[in-house]
Amino acid sequence: MALTPAVTDLESLKGHPAVARLLAWNATAVQQAKFDRGEMTVFIERGSIREACLVLREDPVCAFNFLSDVTCVDWYPAEPRFEVVYHLLSIPNKERVRLKVHLNSASPAVESLTSVWPAANYFEREVFDLFGIRFNGHPYLRRILMPEDWEGYPLRKDYPVEGYR
Amino acid sequence: MGHLTPTPVLEPGQDRTMILNMGPQHPSTHGVLRLLLEIDGENVVRIMPDIGFLHTGIEKTCEAKFYQQVVPLTDRIDYLCPMTNNLCYVLAVEKLLGLEIPPKAQWLRVLLNELTRINSHLVWLGTHAMDIGAMTVFLYCFREREEILRMFEMVSGQRMMTSYFRVGGIALEPPLGFFDRVRDFAGYFPEKVDEYENLLTGNPIWGMRTKGVATITAEDAIALGASGPTLRGSGVDFDLRRDMPYSSYEKFQFKVPVAQEGDVFARYMCRVLELRESIAIVRQALDGMPEGPIKANAPKVVLPDREKMKTEMEALIYHFKIITEGFAVPAGEVYQAVESPRGEMGYYVVSDGTAKPYRVHMRAACLANLQALPKMCEGRLLADVVAAIGSIDIVLGEIDR
Repeated sequence: MALTPAVTDLESLKGHPAVARLLAWNATAVQQAKFDRGEMTVFIERGSIREACLVLREDPVCAFNFLSDVTCVDWYPAEPRFEVVYHLLSIPNKERVRLKVHLNSASPAVESLTSVWPAANYFEREVFDLFGIRFNGHPYLRRILMPEDWEGYPLRKDYPVEGYR
Repeated sequence: MGHLTPTPVLEPGQDRTMILNMGPQHPSTHGVLRLLLEIDGENVVRIMPDIGFLHTGIEKTCEAKFYQQVVPLTDRIDYLCPMTNNLCYVLAVEKLLGLEIPPKAQWLRVLLNELTRINSHLVWLGTHAMDIGAMTVFLYCFREREEILRMFEMVSGQRMMTSYFRVGGIALEPPLGFFDRVRDFAGYFPEKVDEYENLLTGNPIWGMRTKGVATITAEDAIALGASGPTLRGSGVDFDLRRDMPYSSYEKFQFKVPVAQEGDVFARYMCRVLELRESIAIVRQALDGMPEGPIKANAPKVVLPDREKMKTEMEALIYHFKIITEGFAVPAGEVYQAVESPRGEMGYYVVSDGTAKPYRVHMRAACLANLQALPKMCEGRLLADVVAAIGSIDIVLGEIDR
């Protein structure tokens, strides 16, 4: 099982149902796609993530009806600094897709998915708690793992890992 | 002063309701779960779980470790199924590396994973029954669990924090007599499951406490991200072992128990039937165990055998380099999910090409399952909350990480 290089050409990935569906819906919202190690990643424009998820959930062919996970990666000091990562699962098709949104450090905010999947509630609270990403439209965006009065966002790369706080 | 005001605070909705604090030291919350309950007499109006008491920052710790040093951390996330965590993590890293794992290692991983599932389900069954008031089951379950822990000790040297799997294979050959012991256990375990079922399944008190209690529909369960027996108890036939197989699960024959009712009893039945299926998988793994190496042929990743190190210069050099510098993993990202006893456990590992993971994120099945708890309990009786918590089988170590 030797590694094959990642395919990042949007044209050659059009065959994938999720990519095809998203392109048919709104080609400008799809910034980029990547197929690497058997996993599909689609980069979505920041303002369209909620609608993109709604499209993928409602589409009878794709049927990505299950939100597995929401998390974030901090690429400090590069810009755009944050990548919010959504893992979608289709229970009928037994297939996964990963959606990503780039956020810059000036205004790390993105629309909440809680209206699409209530499951996003805790996942997004966790990302807010540990990365400081704001999810607009979240019903209860407060710290979930850290104490309420904690300062800073521990999973950011510029957060100090030693010394007194 | 923020820490002196408990969070989150529920406002009493009307004059007739009151707020009741449950946990974090309540024995039926299985750890340090705190629930704020708004109750109207004995009826639950609202539930708000408050978590984070066990948060240790494992995801942050992982970023400072070499890839192989993360394995012992994964045991401590879900301490009732250490091998499942080990497996999920090593599968993710192996996928990043593009490693081919020899069949014997894969089958041993399946064998140990199913033993882990039995181990975890036994703890669940014992504590769940004890919460509802059936003390005896707990003692019976822990009797069999003890035998599994002894087998784990035999194979890895540890009872609970096994850390037995390695990136590229498993740590050691199982010792002499291990397979006989497992076969022995697989022989008598089905009778023991009958014993548990005799105590519970037909028991009218058990039925009254569990049937029709804390129901959740399939649509709600999917929307709330529930997985594992919590999802299958509501009639969704989905099991990652069968539907998206990993570690050669596709070579095993097993049924996926599904129940339609979506109540506590349905989830109980799913897990008890899973105990029987797991022991069937264990038996198949014993019968068909392939011969061959237990480590992948990748000298830059896998530690060499002790014997080779004494005779071969190269092996010694590789050993030294792996221990001191780790091994570099090609840049990329993977999401690997396995069916843990509690549901979909996922590891999202991002590599930037160095010897330390750039980011490790664990998708905790319990965290999502816990979100279904308010849906199950609101509008029902206070005493049913205890049954509902037991039925989703939460482990706070995994929720808080």
